Amino acid sequence: MKSIAELKAIREQMQSRINMRKEDEEGIRVVVGMATCGIAAGARPVLATFVDEIGRRNLQDVTVSQTGCIGVCRLEPIVEIYEPGKEKVTYVKMNPEKAARVVSEHLVNHRVVEEYTIGAAE
Amino acid sequence: MKELSLHLLDIVQNSISAGASRIEIGITDSQQRDLVEISVKDNGCGMSEEFVQRVTDPFTTTRTTRKVGLGIPLFKLAAETAGGEFKITSEVGKGTLVYASFQHSNIDRPPLGDLRGTLITLIQGSPDINIIYTYTTDRGQFVLDTEEVREVMAGVPINEPEVLNWIGEFIQENEAELSAE
Repeated sequence: MKSIAELKAIREQMQSRINMRKEDEEGIRVVVGMATCGIAAGARPVLATFVDEIGRRNLQDVTVSQTGCIGVCRLEPIVEIYEPGKEKVTYVKMNPEKAARVVSEHLVNHRVVEEYTIGAAE
Repeated sequence: MKELSLHLLDIVQNSISAGASRIEIGITDSQQRDLVEISVKDNGCGMSEEFVQRVTDPFTTTRTTRKVGLGIPLFKLAAETAGGEFKITSEVGKGTLVYASFQHSNIDRPPLGDLRGTLITLIQGSPDINIIYTYTTDRGQFVLDTEEVREVMAGVPINEPEVLNWIGEFIQENEAELSAE
């Protein structure tokens, strides 16, 4: 059974890393639409995949957040990626497999996965 | 929505939008009582009596992108289709309580689904909100209070992947224990 002691150990490990991160703030933001439309279309596992993959690869300058309805419900789940100094990229009709690929290609190698973008869908 | 846990995620997003700092989520999963219950109680901005009357109407919403809001109507429909009932009470400035029940054995009752996934998603998106999650079955009850997790983490955000992972496993282990036959 999980214990609070284990949680304390996690805290000890993380403290130093968190402090280091505060110094350079401007990173990449991943935003997942989490309104009724997004949830019904499968946004929850998409978000979970981003969180897991980013954690697993230990990408320190990437934050994941949630937002409401982005406005094009028929293309949900929608994920927007904001990279400082670059134009926003909107990925549509996402699923966990696509999310994993976006992490490795876009977030790690900084190559936009064009075929998943709203431009390719429309 | 394929799972009740997805309705739950959707309904709690309303509490978050209402500016709640404390959200109590209750799940009952009882075969003996032939009952599934989901309740969400928040201390958000609440709604006027007149708005509560209209809130189960799909053409009522606070969002500005368009004129429909389906979260509450869909949840109500799910409960009523599965032999249960739906209630919503609210007071401006105090908060809102949303309650839905389902007949456990009803063939139209969606499965509870991935409750852990819903909780993790909520904590990931709103690490500073106190979420008190209570899960009750015929075998007992378990409570997760994110305030306690936050206290242990003392300043380290509880939506860091390692912490979310711990919370996820904690929920899963406890639920497995309580649902075992």
